[in-house]
Amino acid sequence: MTETTPDSDVKFPPVVGAGPDEATISPATPGAAVADLPDGVDLVHEHGLEFKSRSQWAYARRRFFRHRLAMASFVVLMIILLAGVFAPLITPYPFAAQDFAHSGQPPTFKAHHYFGTDVLGRDYFSRVVYGIRTSAKVALIVTLVSTIVGTIIGAVAGYYTGWVDNILMRFTDLILTLPALALLLTAAAFLGTGNPTRVAFILALLFWTGLARIVRGSFLSLREKEFVEAAKAAGSGDLRIMFRHMLPNAVGPIVVNATLIVGIAILTEAALSFLGFGIQPPNPSLGKLISDGQDVSSSMWWLVTFPGLTIVLIVLCINFIGDGLRDALDPTQRRTRA
Amino acid sequence: MTGFATPSTRLSAERVPEPILSIRDLVVEFATEDGVVHAVDGVTYDVFPGETLGIVGESGSGKSVSQLAILGLIPQPPGRILRGEADFQGRDLLKMSKKDLRRLRGGEVAMVFQDPMTSLNPVLKIGEQIAEAIQVHQEDVSGKAAKERTIALLKVVGVPNPDRRYDQYPHEFSGGMRQRAMIAMAIANEPKLLIADEPTTALDVTIQAQILEALKKAQEESHAATILITHDLGLIAELADRVVVMYAGKVVELTDVQTLFAAPRHPYTVGLMDSLPRLTADEEWLRPIPGQPPSLISRPPGCPFHPRCFLSQGRARCRTEEPPLRKIGRDGHLSACHFAEELEGHTSKLVNEPVAGATS
Amino acid sequence: MVTYIVRRLLYSIPVLFAASVLIFFTVTAVGDPLANLKQNPLFSQQTIHNIQERKHLNDPLTTQYAYWVKDAVTNKFGSPLLQPGTKIWNDLKRVIPHTLQLVLLAEILALIVGVAIGVYSAIRQYSIFDYAATTFSFLGFAMPVFWLALMLQILFTNIFIKWHVRIFYTSGLSSQDPGSGIHFWIDRLQHLAIPAMTLMLLSIAQYGRFMRASMLEVINSDYVRTARAKGLPERTVTLKHALRNALIPVVTVSAINFGALIGGAVITESIFQLDGMGPYFLNALFNQDAYVVMAWLMVSATAIIIFNVIADVLYGYIDPRIRYD
Repeated sequence: MTETTPDSDVKFPPVVGAGPDEATISPATPGAAVADLPDGVDLVHEHGLEFKSRSQWAYARRRFFRHRLAMASFVVLMIILLAGVFAPLITPYPFAAQDFAHSGQPPTFKAHHYFGTDVLGRDYFSRVVYGIRTSAKVALIVTLVSTIVGTIIGAVAGYYTGWVDNILMRFTDLILTLPALALLLTAAAFLGTGNPTRVAFILALLFWTGLARIVRGSFLSLREKEFVEAAKAAGSGDLRIMFRHMLPNAVGPIVVNATLIVGIAILTEAALSFLGFGIQPPNPSLGKLISDGQDVSSSMWWLVTFPGLTIVLIVLCINFIGDGLRDALDPTQRRTRA
Repeated sequence: MTGFATPSTRLSAERVPEPILSIRDLVVEFATEDGVVHAVDGVTYDVFPGETLGIVGESGSGKSVSQLAILGLIPQPPGRILRGEADFQGRDLLKMSKKDLRRLRGGEVAMVFQDPMTSLNPVLKIGEQIAEAIQVHQEDVSGKAAKERTIALLKVVGVPNPDRRYDQYPHEFSGGMRQRAMIAMAIANEPKLLIADEPTTALDVTIQAQILEALKKAQEESHAATILITHDLGLIAELADRVVVMYAGKVVELTDVQTLFAAPRHPYTVGLMDSLPRLTADEEWLRPIPGQPPSLISRPPGCPFHPRCFLSQGRARCRTEEPPLRKIGRDGHLSACHFAEELEGHTSKLVNEPVAGATS
Repeated sequence: MVTYIVRRLLYSIPVLFAASVLIFFTVTAVGDPLANLKQNPLFSQQTIHNIQERKHLNDPLTTQYAYWVKDAVTNKFGSPLLQPGTKIWNDLKRVIPHTLQLVLLAEILALIVGVAIGVYSAIRQYSIFDYAATTFSFLGFAMPVFWLALMLQILFTNIFIKWHVRIFYTSGLSSQDPGSGIHFWIDRLQHLAIPAMTLMLLSIAQYGRFMRASMLEVINSDYVRTARAKGLPERTVTLKHALRNALIPVVTVSAINFGALIGGAVITESIFQLDGMGPYFLNALFNQDAYVVMAWLMVSATAIIIFNVIADVLYGYIDPRIRYD
């Protein structure tokens, strides 16, 4: 079994090194190894030795698409959102049109009353769809504003540290010591409500705190990294360093949390409207729809059920998407699927 | 089976004792997102009672996985033992029931892990954790007796003030002391086989010597056979009797420690020796082994080392045929290289280096 | 440890103080407490004038703040805007225990169930149970509390109507004549059951998820591997080594949750018409009674602060690595 002769088709000089004392068999330098090879032998591209290099974003994208639930939720959510955007086109009736002849009907397909009608004969499907529209609008405003505010505050606190950080974080903590819903209700009660935009801004007043904390944490660790020192040495100003160099690295958790904020915003707005402190008629709101249906809930169950189910579906999709994003963007999470 | 390395010449040459652990053709793989990782690919070696077997290799060579696998410490969903035998004192560990395997762990076979900070439970007292190891294997030992034995063990491995230290938590110990506590925990039940997985890698170099001392004391105290897994050749020179060299999940060389340093017969081993800087002479350039270890998911055909091998020089045989582990020259020396004979007559540059404590 | 507790409590005082400032100036800033009254023809000028005198509403804000604090500390938060004869604290004294009963019931049960679900999901990761638990958690996070409350109310009301079986009550704190002693408490439990179920859902989802994540991290840790390598039975590994470590963050989170729920059960209490902090607050809002609102916010803030201290202390107690001396 011992082989002492090399293959017959290839002849090489013996590999033995130089003199007996040194006795070092010099390991080939890469250049030498390749130069010594006969033609036609290319070790780099040999089968099994290739490496595909992928960028970070490509990895993230690939992981997101692998998350089937997130993908499915994305599709469902898009459908729902589009329904809201194109509400006038898809709703069979205007949402305020009253029709006493057909009031209080359970869901049917006949007269296109998919979700039934309410006490005043208004088509419930239309009302729910318009409610989706409002919820989407409020949620987007809240998320945008609180993300921007939270990111700025967190970035400043995490970058400058010291007393700036102290003050900002104490302020954030202070807001957190007060019960969220109660604060919102108070603000709403005294500031007046009704208008979706106004409600959105009231909500945004509170929602930036979580994001600020997270961004601050990210920036605190990022500022120790060498590329920040390098940027400083190159003469970049603080603002440039913060937003051009550090922020792109903190984007992952920001995106994930912003997604979750959308869901919480929808739930909170619904709660406010339900209690009467949120969006008021004539603006439609899913929460208000539920509270309207509360009194007759035992007989006309659909008045409470459909708006609620819609909320659950929307937030569920958002949460799954957030989970998928977290999988995609958080490199420390490993899921080995057998 | 014959043909495998006999134990070091320190033992009596009259009769070759039975190996305490015999691993035959062990194959372990892991299912991951990117594919199946062949972590251990047909590994075979023996461990004899009382000896210290060193297992050397880079990260990812499979040296730790093979030990964890035979003890049942690899989570089986992503991991899978495809085939192989692991005979411990006549019983195949891979075929044992979980309960029997559990009885062996910590009892007759004990393991010391790499990072003592994370390997000890932070919310339990050190003494408790060691006493627990005693009580789970010797049920008739009372709590008090276990505590006494623990304190005695701590003294053996060199922990000062053991009776006070018994009630402390891991974070109150220094790194070196924690590792000593781990060693104490491992020898608590007088194991027949002690597996030390990179025991000094996570520690400062200055502490390493102390841990070596503790390990040596532990061996003396328990007369256990020891498997020492490391990538540190200095440690091997210091402690090992025989050495297994692993690469890409395979055994590429197996011999006693003197021969390994004096006359390595596998290009990878030669490369390893060569990449160490010499202490006694000036060297202008360091000589690393060029290239990268292969991906364990899609390995190139033929010899796993051939892309980086100076000996191969692109020969077709290296690229197509996997070299079996076979006897080379003197008895007990095994190498997995088609052209190992071409290294005949060459000693590594280290043979003339002063290696502290090496026995000749 | 005791020094730490004392220090922490002392540190809370300036926080309380800052909270009071924030509350006072926010509430007074958002509007004139008398705005509604001034528009209401039922209230004479004289009444309004009396109120202004009583509440020092013509003085500068900082003076008003001083009076408010004085009232809070010495005079049981003073009296509501429109009822000079009563004291706010007496009302609070009545509603706080009711809320506490609900919150304690819901949270303790949620903790037990959530931890159990989380642990089992982690040990049997990717099993059917795990997927079911995960789905349940996601549903819990997506469900509006008030909607769930209504659905449960409808469900149990219909059970009563259809089958004349009253398992739990769907509204109120107690029946007309609940009896005394054990009968009283059984009756109370029956009334609190559905509201507690409503609150529990979100908490179980939270704790289950959190516990699962914590447990997964711990189960794959090196010291659990060591425990297995020692030959410990799997049950001991899970319960003694893994669980103890995994519980640490969950316990502290639940302590904080307790505090938050004192002021957070507003919706549940109002739907089920429980005489607790929630409806009391909503009433005050409807009446735009700034003083009740402020008193309520102070009590809530105090509860949150106290429970945050408890959470910190608990954390230090369970995890020996944290020692604050």
